[in-house]
Amino acid sequence: MQLDKKLIGHKFNAFTTTVEAGKIRLFCKAIGGENPIYVDEEAAKKAGYRAIPAPPTYLTAVTNDDPDKGGLLRLLNVDIGLILHGEQHYEYLAPVHVGDKITCQQQVMDIYDKKGGALWFVVSETELKDQNGKPVAKAKGITVVRNPDAAKK
Amino acid sequence: MATVKAPKFDDVKVGDALEPIVLPPISRHQLALYCGGSGDHNPIHVDIDFAKKFGFKDVFAHGMLSMAFLGRLATSFAPQSQLRKLGTRFTSITWVGDVITVSGKVTGKREENGEKLVDLELKCTNQDGKDTLQGDATVALN
Repeated sequence: MQLDKKLIGHKFNAFTTTVEAGKIRLFCKAIGGENPIYVDEEAAKKAGYRAIPAPPTYLTAVTNDDPDKGGLLRLLNVDIGLILHGEQHYEYLAPVHVGDKITCQQQVMDIYDKKGGALWFVVSETELKDQNGKPVAKAKGITVVRNPDAAKK
Repeated sequence: MATVKAPKFDDVKVGDALEPIVLPPISRHQLALYCGGSGDHNPIHVDIDFAKKFGFKDVFAHGMLSMAFLGRLATSFAPQSQLRKLGTRFTSITWVGDVITVSGKVTGKREENGEKLVDLELKCTNQDGKDTLQGDATVALN
């Protein structure tokens, strides 16, 4: 298995998704914690937010809401069972709240291998903008692909 | 839990430790909830047959679930509206049953673009003392 470095620079189609209170509630049930601002609009407003804020890593749910889900793996021609998450970095530029319509666009920034091709690394960045076109966050992720051919050797 | 109140910039010292969070053991149920809540539907985290087919002994936690724990710690230190950056490396796999402790400390103080910023080192550590996530965050304080 070898990944195609010509895919560096590839831009995926942008998509727009609405931040929903019910989905944040489910997300918070999964990650635990008791801060009421994520589930109770009154508590959020009392704490100075204009609506329920999306928790810091809820941006992953925003970027996962791509109607063309799995685009990166299809582009790379990689099976989902072979990937691991290497790194993730968020830069927060403006708050994201329930009701916001967020437009996401992902781009492949780098592709490289280590350990003689046993592991491949795919760096991608996603820009998130709100309904007014204002950048709200940048997400940088590194996907690790385990080379099944290397495991057979 | 009451609303988070941020410490004052001048009161924070490099080396200060954040109050750690010890989490309940990771359960399969939690991974199922996170699958739905995060929209990460990779079956490797919820379907043991699939995980075994790809060489794993069992399903394992989404890296992003653990990163959410880092987010919980960062937002227990300062309100989310003051969080500027959160990042991590995923350094080892978190298995079902693992007991994760989330800890952090202040590593730097600086001013940038008129904001007083505090840098944090954050990590998740399992019951054997092994780091599963090595992360960092930046918060703005007054």
